[in-house]
Amino acid sequence: MRTAFMSLLVFIATPVFAQGTGATPALANRQLPNPAQEASATKLMHSLRCIQCQGQSIADSDAQMAGTMRAEVRQQIASGQEPEAIRQWMVDRYGEWVSFEPEMKGVGLLLWAMPLLILLLALWLARGLFRRRT
Amino acid sequence: MNRSWLLWLPLAVVAFLGGWFIYGLVAPKDDLVHSAMVGKALPEFALPPATTGVEGLSNGDMKDGTPRLLNIFASWCIPCKAEAPQLDALKKAGAEIDAIAIRDKPEDVAAFLSEFGNPYRRIGADSEMAIQLKLGSSGVPETYVIGGDGTILYQHIGDIREEHVPMLLEKLRSAR
Repeated sequence: MRTAFMSLLVFIATPVFAQGTGATPALANRQLPNPAQEASATKLMHSLRCIQCQGQSIADSDAQMAGTMRAEVRQQIASGQEPEAIRQWMVDRYGEWVSFEPEMKGVGLLLWAMPLLILLLALWLARGLFRRRT
Repeated sequence: MNRSWLLWLPLAVVAFLGGWFIYGLVAPKDDLVHSAMVGKALPEFALPPATTGVEGLSNGDMKDGTPRLLNIFASWCIPCKAEAPQLDALKKAGAEIDAIAIRDKPEDVAAFLSEFGNPYRRIGADSEMAIQLKLGSSGVPETYVIGGDGTILYQHIGDIREEHVPMLLEKLRSAR
């Protein structure tokens, strides 16, 4: 009986308690009153990466850090900041990594140009097929 | 025209990709999100005291000419408990340490300090993680080396282990 009870304790996951106790910023989960502003905030939130649960966007994530980042985005949008300026604000603090949309320069440019390069390579490889045989 | 070398092209491409993937598997993995604020000035902030009997923390407090450590911690964070002896050792070695408590309650901070000791000069309360975001910090615990002019010189992510103590002291010394 005692063993059974003790083994049940295993199921109490410590991460549940590791989230801390403080307040969640109001704007983390509350939409902005202006629908246009909320729309542009949401669009941006879908393209910013959560620092805590890496791989999810801050719009999808339930992590505290994502809530804080959503609040920051909404706050800056509400104060009239441009979405791309807010993305840059995040990049200035966490590096290029935080954005799901890599910039079109450096290695990022290669990423954007890759489909075009592959298409050109494929055309070059296939050019013999289009030639008229005489 | 001899095009036989073209036959080797697919093999070369596959071999290159294979080599790249193997490199990806064996190369040491770095999952940490490093702050892009290293080398820049501290952001503006003014935080209230994290509990009774301590002083709050503003960025101006760290611009007094003395290089110091800024420890980001929380009473609910287990690695923060593990690094308490190392913070104590750093303090004994002459390091000045300021702290920011993340999403914490005053009574929890007080309990944490009475259990693990208080190596801090000032402790600001960042109850909504807003300053943590401005610092480019991605979690707790983290320790920044701050220059005497309030510039962020170094970011240590994760708990301070024994082997990190001399390194942090050296960073503080070279910042003087």
